[in-house]
Parts: sequence; structure tokens; C-alpha cells
Amino acid sequence: MFYREAGQFKTSYAADQAAFPVREDRVGVALICVAAVLAPLFVGEFVLNTILIPFLIFSLAAIGLNVLTGYCGQLSLGTGAFMGVGAYACYKLTTIFPDVNIIVFILASGLFSAAVGVMFGLPSLRIKGFYLAVATLAAQFFLEWCFIRIPWLYNYNPSGAIEVPTRTGFGLALTGPTAAPTTRYYVILAIVALVTWVVGNLLRGRIGRMWMMIRDMDIAAELIGVRPLAAKLSAFAVSSFVCGVAGAMFVFFWLGAAEPASFNIRLSFQVLFMVILGGLGSMAGSYMGAAFIFIMPILIRMVPGAFGLDIDAATVEHLNFVIIGALIVGILILEPHGLARLWSVLRQKLRVWPFPY
Amino acid sequence: MKILKSFGLTAAAFALLLPAVPASAEDGELFLPLLTYRTGPFAGSGIPIADGMHDYLAMLNERDGGIGGVKIKIEECETGYNTQKGVECYDSLKSQNPLVINPYSTGITLQLIPKASVDGIPVLSMAYGLSAAADGQVFPWVFNPPLSYWDGASAAIKYIAEQEGGMDALKGKKIGYIFLDAGYGREPIPLLEDFAKEYGFTLTQYPVPFDTMQNQSSQWLNVRRDRPDYMIMWGWGAMNPTAVREAAKVRYPMDKFIGVWWSGGEDDARPAGAGAKGYKTMNFNGVGTDFPVIQDILTYVYDKGNSTVSDKSRIGENLYNRGVMNSFLMAEAVRNAQAKTGKSLVTPAEVRDGMEALDLDAGRLEEAGFADFMRPLSLSCTDHAGETDVYIQQWNGEAWEKVSDWFPPMVEKVRPMLEQAAAEYEKANAPWPKREVPCADDAGQ
Repeated sequence: MFYREAGQFKTSYAADQAAFPVREDRVGVALICVAAVLAPLFVGEFVLNTILIPFLIFSLAAIGLNVLTGYCGQLSLGTGAFMGVGAYACYKLTTIFPDVNIIVFILASGLFSAAVGVMFGLPSLRIKGFYLAVATLAAQFFLEWCFIRIPWLYNYNPSGAIEVPTRTGFGLALTGPTAAPTTRYYVILAIVALVTWVVGNLLRGRIGRMWMMIRDMDIAAELIGVRPLAAKLSAFAVSSFVCGVAGAMFVFFWLGAAEPASFNIRLSFQVLFMVILGGLGSMAGSYMGAAFIFIMPILIRMVPGAFGLDIDAATVEHLNFVIIGALIVGILILEPHGLARLWSVLRQKLRVWPFPY
Repeated sequence: MKILKSFGLTAAAFALLLPAVPASAEDGELFLPLLTYRTGPFAGSGIPIADGMHDYLAMLNERDGGIGGVKIKIEECETGYNTQKGVECYDSLKSQNPLVINPYSTGITLQLIPKASVDGIPVLSMAYGLSAAADGQVFPWVFNPPLSYWDGASAAIKYIAEQEGGMDALKGKKIGYIFLDAGYGREPIPLLEDFAKEYGFTLTQYPVPFDTMQNQSSQWLNVRRDRPDYMIMWGWGAMNPTAVREAAKVRYPMDKFIGVWWSGGEDDARPAGAGAKGYKTMNFNGVGTDFPVIQDILTYVYDKGNSTVSDKSRIGENLYNRGVMNSFLMAEAVRNAQAKTGKSLVTPAEVRDGMEALDLDAGRLEEAGFADFMRPLSLSCTDHAGETDVYIQQWNGEAWEKVSDWFPPMVEKVRPMLEQAAAEYEKANAPWPKREVPCADDAGQ
């Protein structure tokens, strides 16, 4: 009914190896893309600013961490700090060269983040699992310390924060308070779509397979001829690059200003939860996890208002923690592989419906 | 099938929730949203303030039927002292036409300053936030009365100098500065560093990181080693009681330990027990219930069961009273706007004008029940801080006691620095919009 695959013949290897071999999936993805492009026409500024923009940014960060943790199997607790590196790099670049288009710097700041990521990825060659998590935790604390203690990074601003200046491009204000949410949304959407496409294809190719081999069994991978040094460090580089881009957008297109505390361990955990809940090793899962962890609390906060209930803002907040916590536990019991697996189970059911076997 | 069903349920829940965009303020109400934090590590400081802000506005609704006969719509938005959530609150409130925004966090204020200026919503950061916002020419939409952090830091130095017998006596002294290592605690550092050079004292800094503010043993070990003659503290939330306790533990002379006004909650000093006795903080509002306005709150709000406080004894506490003062300033700005325009339903831009032309003289304070509660305050086109007097209070083991007269901060020194800082902010954030709103004060300075 929903999936009528009869008659869909693959006549070439390329068609057989496509990212979405089933036509219904292609239609679904196309519909989501169209909806994403048309969204600003239908939703208000509030939804755009508070839900969609941060959702896309967090999705990108989750993709970044998923490359490292989900695909290469290297647990990292330094995501927040790597995002911070991207943000501070972008801030420094745009204050030193104010005339260059900010989008160039958003992408360039990922390179700085990648370099830092590779540096902190070096220990991964010797240590694994929890021990690596502790090593990346050190990166988190060390980098956060840098953001506080190196005044050059925030241009000696007395408040210690980085403030996003107004930058224009294509005749529009792209960042700063005058930038329209719609403009910012489209820029973010374009960058997120581009990075998703590139990373998605990277994962399907030789490099991605190399990472997955390291994840599944590093010794076997080494025997087959995968160099752990290249595989692990490239995973750290790509992951940190994506996180850095997400971090730069986090500050430049959403927050507008950031203190070092914006990049603390809470952010790292938030992104890690998105990845775990969404599904380790799934691109779609990164989006689902980001939607769940980021959007759910906002919706819960709106519930009492929507029903005209007069509940204290603080009580709602407490309830929020309880509900989200319970949902996380519930979903992980129901499906330990995250929302992505839940979706693939559902998809399988839809494919065989109405004649399940 | 089970999974299918749960999916269906989730989808249904989403469908129900999506149209739940917050309703805008109803016609015929003045919308004064309060950004508060009753959760998280700063709740200890945040709750009394939120209660005070809420109760004063509730009292106006109950006693006078609002401001100028129009009811006030009070709504709290929980920020948890988290800048992300603060911005989210601001975005959700923006569309409902809020007359004033109180971020109640320096971090959130810093983020909102550029946004609010574009959206045309006045920001009241009462004695917190960006010190340079005192320059109304650069920051027409931001107000930080009754004085800025820099004024506060100068007042602390001035008080220390008085204790020692004059500004010259500061030479060679060692002053320690312990602060929350965030935008808030860093704000006064430029001024303190300047003063250290000018008056010849050494300034030793003891930053307390955000994440570990409840563990300050290492900072206080350093204090014990360095033995500063005086300690100044810029602390907030759970950092305050920890610092007071640690100071008592290392036997630092408590009467030489001076906190900013935000470190002066009852709950900041009380947990340290007898050890906290002698601890001093600056203040700019009255403490206790012996003020007509607090009595009115007791009569019209608490006795009718409309107060948000957990216990009657919390009314009249220092931070509660400060929340009351914060709401008073908002309400006065609205009243001023109503008087100037002759309308009872005013717009945010008119409230901005009302705030800029705020002139709370002794007569008005007496009338509003704030006599002796605070100093007369008048703002102007150029001066958005007012830079009024402060006094020093001391913890006697049970309650705060006023131990000094009201005295002015070193305005003549601070003001030029504020203007310079505003100019630097303008330069760093170029292109910063030029002030377009005309001066609201009749004096037209």
C-alpha cells in the first residue's frame, strides 16, 4: 500500500547502489526537502527562531558526533568544545577580515576545529572505550579553559563573551540582530544540506567503510589492510569539522553572542544524547535525536498554555525534566538502537503491509 | 503493531501540540513578562527575586486595579539562568508585545542588547548587565539603574579606603577579588584594574568557574596564602553561600569581606552559621517589612493567598525586596508613559520613553510607599544608570544590619570610563545602529 515496490527494476549498478534505492523513499525525502524549503512561508518567526534554526544546527552537530561515535566507534565527550573551537575560530576570522563573506568563514572555521580534533584524537590510537571518553573529556575542559583564559580569542572583551557583529552577503544581513530569521534559516538549511550530502556519501564510500571496519573490529580491519592511524584520525577530523561548522552556526546564526559556558560539558552531553537516542550509526537518526532532545522540551513547555492551564513556569520545567527523562528511558528500553531503528522497523512493516509474513 | 500504535500516539500528540503557539496578550492588558529562574544552581538567588517581582505587580493589580486602571498581565518564563533558554524565552515573548524585558542574568542581557535594540523592546537590567549600557546615547533601549557594576566596584573601593583612612591609604594594600567566572563576574575587572594602577593597590583575582562553584577550597587556600587585606566578591547563586562558608573556614576576617549587592541574600550568609557574622555586602534597597509597600504586599497579596512565596518570613528578605524594587521601576516607567501619552494602553516604545524620563523624587517614593526603601532616582537621555548611592550592610548572625550611611559611588571617575566602554562596544560591534529615538526627558540634557 505505502510501499509498492513491484515493478521497480534496477537496470544498472549505479541504480542498485543508490542512496535511496526504493522509489517511495526518494519521494519521502523529496517531500521533506520541499517542506524544509517552504517552511518559512507557513510558520511564524517564533517557530523559525526557536525551533527550526536550532534544530538544524543541533542535527548537524549530531551528524558530526555520529561520524565519530556511531560510525567509527570512538566515544567522545568533547563535542561541545569542538563546537566552541568552530565558533571562536569564526569569530576571530570575521573580526580580522570583516569584508569576507561570513559563509566562507563558517565553513573555514570547521578546518580549525578539525585540526584541534585530530590533535585530541591522537590518544585514540592507544586507548579505547571509556578511557578514550576520559581523554576527550580532557579536551572539553582544556578547550573551555582556553575560551576563558585566552583573552585574544574574544578580542579582550571585558565581559569575556563573543558578540556576533552584523555581516552582510548577497545584499542581505546574514548575521547580527538585523538578520531576518528567514535569511538565517535558508543559509543554515543550505549548509546543513550540503554537509549532510557530503558526509552521507563519504560514509557510503571507501572511507566510511574503513571507519565502520574499525568500529566493528579494529584488529580484523588492520589485518585486512585498514590503517588505524588514518581511519581514526580522519574520523576525528571529519567529525570535528562538522561539529565546528555547527558550533560556528550555533553562535552566528542562532545565539548572537556566546560565553564560554555556552560550550560546557552540558552541550557535549546534549549532543551525545541526541546521537544515542537517535541511533548510533544513522544519518536520519541524527535528525530524529536532535528533534527529540531539542524540540520535545519546548513543546512540553507549551502544553499547559495551550490548554489554558495556569501552572508555574518552574513547575513545568521540573515536569519537563521528569517527562523527558522517562521518555528517554522508555525509548531506550523499547528500542536500544534508537529512533532510527524504530523507524526502520516501522518501514519494514509498511513494506510488507498488508500481508505481513 | 505495538510500535505502530505508539508512533500513532506520538504523531497525534505532535498534531495536538503544534498549533499551540503562545497566544498574544489580550487587549486591554499591560504585558510585563518576568524572566525568572526557580530551577537550577542559581535558584537560591533566583526564587526570592522572582517572588518579589511577581508580588509587587500582583499587589498593583489587587490594590489599584493595575497601572492607570489597566490590569497587568504577569507571566513568568523559566530561564534556569541559562542563556540559551533566556533567548528562547525572549523569542517566545517578543511577539506578544512585552512592554519591558528583565533578563535577570548578565549573560542573557548581553545577548539581548543587540536584539532588543532592533526589535524596539526596552531592556531593564537593574544593577546588572553591561555597565556601558549606562550611556543612553549608544544604548537607547537598555537601562541599568540604579547603578552599574562599575559604580558598585568603585563604591566598594571607596568604602575600603574610608575604613583605612582615605584614598592614599590604599597604596600598598592587597585587595582580593573573587568572582563567578562568567560575563557577570568579569564585568567589573577593567575598572578594578584601572583603580589598582591609579591608587597603588594590588589586585589579586580568584576566578570561580561556573561548573565548580560549589567547590571553592582551592581558591580559598590561595586566599589564605596571599592574605589580602580586603576581599571583594561578585558571586551569585550557589557560589555565595559556598564562598562565605569557605571564608569562615579559612578564618578570613569577615568584616573585611565585602560582597556586591547580589551576594547579599539571607540564604547566602545563613548557611555559614556563626562564622558568617560580620560579612558585609553593598546594597541599594531596604531590607525588612517596615515599609508601606511591603505592608501592602502582605495585606493585598500574601493574606489573600496570591503570593508565590513559600513562607511569610521570606517577604522582606533582601533579594525579595530587590525584586519588588525591580517591578516598581517597571511599573513607574509604564505610569510615566501613560502620563506622557495620555493613553492607558502604552506601547514598548512609549515605555522606553517613560523609563528614560524616570524621575523618582522623594515625594513620589513617599507616595508609592518606597520612602527610605531606596534613594531618589532620575534617569535621562544620556544617563541610563542614575548612579545613585549605596550603603553597606553587615550580617549579624541573624539578619542584615545597615552599618554605613548611603554614600555615592565615584561617579566622576566611573562615568568617563563608562562612556569610553560604550564607544568601544560600538566600535567592536560595528555597524552599530545610531540612536534614532529622540530624547524623552523634558529637561533635554
